[in-house]
Amino acid sequence: MLRQLLIPACLFGLLASPASARDQIRIVGSSTVFPFATATAEQFGRLGTFKTPVVESTGSGGGLKLFCAGVGLSHPDITNSSRRIKSSEVDLCASNGVDEIVEVKIGFDGIVLASSRKAAPVDLTLEQVFRALAKEIPVDGKLVPNPYTTWADIDASLPARKIEVLGPPPTSGTRDAFVELAMEGGAKAIPMLADLRKQDKKAFKAVAHSIREDGAYVEAGENDNLIVQKLEANPDAFGIFGFSFLDQNADKVQGAKVGGVSPTFEAIAAGDYSVSRSLYFYVKKAHVGVVPGVQEFVAEFTSEKAAGDDGYLADKGLIPLPEAQREKVREDSAGLAPLSL
Amino acid sequence: MSEGNLHLSERAARNLRKRHRAERRFRAYGMTAVALAMVTLVLLLGSILWRGWPGFFQHTVLLDVALDPEVIDPEGSRNPDRLAQADFLGLLKTSLREQFPEATSRRERRELTRIVSAGADLEIRRLVLESPGRIGERVGIEVLLSDDADLYFKGQLDPSEDGATGRLSSRQAGWLDSLEAEGRVENRFHTRFFQAGDSREPELAGIGGAAVGSLLTLAITLLLSFPVGVAAAVYLEEFAPKGRWTDFIEVNINNLAAVPSIVFGLLGLAVFLNFFGLPRSAPVVGGLVLSLMTLPTIIIASRSSIAAVPPSIREAALGVGASKHQVVLHHVLPLALPGILTGTIIGMSRALGETAPLLMIGMVAFIVDVPTGFTSPSTLLPVQVFLWADSPERAFVAKTSAAIVVLLTFLVAMNLAAVLLRSRFEQRW
Repeated sequence: MLRQLLIPACLFGLLASPASARDQIRIVGSSTVFPFATATAEQFGRLGTFKTPVVESTGSGGGLKLFCAGVGLSHPDITNSSRRIKSSEVDLCASNGVDEIVEVKIGFDGIVLASSRKAAPVDLTLEQVFRALAKEIPVDGKLVPNPYTTWADIDASLPARKIEVLGPPPTSGTRDAFVELAMEGGAKAIPMLADLRKQDKKAFKAVAHSIREDGAYVEAGENDNLIVQKLEANPDAFGIFGFSFLDQNADKVQGAKVGGVSPTFEAIAAGDYSVSRSLYFYVKKAHVGVVPGVQEFVAEFTSEKAAGDDGYLADKGLIPLPEAQREKVREDSAGLAPLSL
Repeated sequence: MSEGNLHLSERAARNLRKRHRAERRFRAYGMTAVALAMVTLVLLLGSILWRGWPGFFQHTVLLDVALDPEVIDPEGSRNPDRLAQADFLGLLKTSLREQFPEATSRRERRELTRIVSAGADLEIRRLVLESPGRIGERVGIEVLLSDDADLYFKGQLDPSEDGATGRLSSRQAGWLDSLEAEGRVENRFHTRFFQAGDSREPELAGIGGAAVGSLLTLAITLLLSFPVGVAAAVYLEEFAPKGRWTDFIEVNINNLAAVPSIVFGLLGLAVFLNFFGLPRSAPVVGGLVLSLMTLPTIIIASRSSIAAVPPSIREAALGVGASKHQVVLHHVLPLALPGILTGTIIGMSRALGETAPLLMIGMVAFIVDVPTGFTSPSTLLPVQVFLWADSPERAFVAKTSAAIVVLLTFLVAMNLAAVLLRSRFEQRW
């Protein structure tokens, strides 16, 4: 008799245990911001006043979807994003009762085109990057499938190496940013496409955002360490990843100059390196004061010892905002000024 | 009349030789296949062990730290709460500067601080909190070196002149060399690796949290899937009337065993998190999801081992007057148990290695605290491997392989248990 009762009782007990009050912050979002958010979370937990926040890497889009799903302890308090929140996402948030969101900009990330240190350094322009990787390029006023097989085909000054670029798949935020910054930037430099952009924005984007699928661009998965290893083995190839991986593996790989600028810490911080983007996190204001430590965590993340020029996040590869902007972000985030697009 | 014998003719001899050759070829194919599999296995295990072995060790440095009462406890209250808040990082920096007075510029001092682990000040704090009586003394404390300094001693990182091409400057390398010349540097077995939770600093990161998370999750899985699976198998084999319905259920169970695991994750997200409102990242939910996944395996294994119990045993028991229920509990189940346990262990070891379904329910997360209960956020061993494999820090390469070694040890132990159980208790009829 006892045995017959025990199993259903166990099951029921497990299912009925309520999602009780949470005493730690929950963070979701971008895999690019993940290394920085986790480093901050660890430091924050080490202070001992609050528990260490739990950080999940869900991607920027996935994070915002979870974040906007509603107010309450079963929803995350903060989401990281490697792009700005879209107005459609703000609407989604509002429709679920999340109407006050605080936007905090924490710094920059550069996207690098890297190759093995064994290869000769190159200097590319965005136009050359576009010509190397676009699915279709304009030749004599017509769009034709990309004919280039080596870099020298594009420009005689470039090495006669086969075009082979290892990069992230379409689900990645890095890929989105690369397409938007590098490919679109390169397409704009071609007069015919610049004209097209003025006439028909959609058609322009279709051309500028399509990456070739004939094997010159290899989707190497989300694991950037793997790309670094492959670059070491194949000096002819280039890889696309975030600055922090270049920073950590600077003895194995080098970043190609883009438009004459090397992807260095200083160049990205100064805004000279063109393929860079801003990193953000978004805070649910309704959770401030409900989940302990949210405001303190924001203060830690924006503090000089974390996000400053010599902060521990800079050690992890985050490129800090200019000092004046940092102070403004600190003030705004301390006041929890809600975002308005 | 030997030339007349068909079996001794030249043609027969040729045919025989041909057949023997074919036989030898066939065997050679098989042996090549086995050899290929063995070589792959050895290469795989070898490369993991080769890369993971250094991950079990960590270099430490012995520092002389003056426990200055002015810094630690200016009021002299010896109140532990106040002591815990003291500037131990400052003490550490002072100690390093005493060791290397030539580091004067801001940049040099920053580089100097970076040769020890970011958790080194906590070691000093622990010592002070454990024995407040030593405040005011000058003590030798062994602290961890930073991940880059550790890699330098392991020969995996070359210093660079300008600091631009590498993680370690030649200046830092010089300091490290002089520390080693003084005999202050030791390469020690890294027990912290087995106790600590995750960290962003490779030298502080451990798989303790993930291992506890795995244990908690598997406990739930076992608790749910074993009784339910065995009960289902017993009913289907012993009691259920044979008919269209039982066939239908059987086909469905077999199909369920082949469903990709990510589907169970989606199910878990929809049912356990969204409908029942269970917490994200909790071992309860992980266990529920994984038990859905292991149930079919256990049912199938249990059914076949129950079916293998010869009918004569059932008939004999029924013949002496046992009820159907007694037959099953007293005779069939004990005899089928070794097979059932083997199936369960194999199902559990599959669950142990699973990450895909956990992605959906938030168990792929950065969690520092070692979980304390079934609802506290936790991660699992394979997830930890996945997270470290994706980390930019170079030292995590060795940690990843070391974590794989631990995971494999668990798996091998479980499978070995299954083999032992079978060989010890299995009955042959």
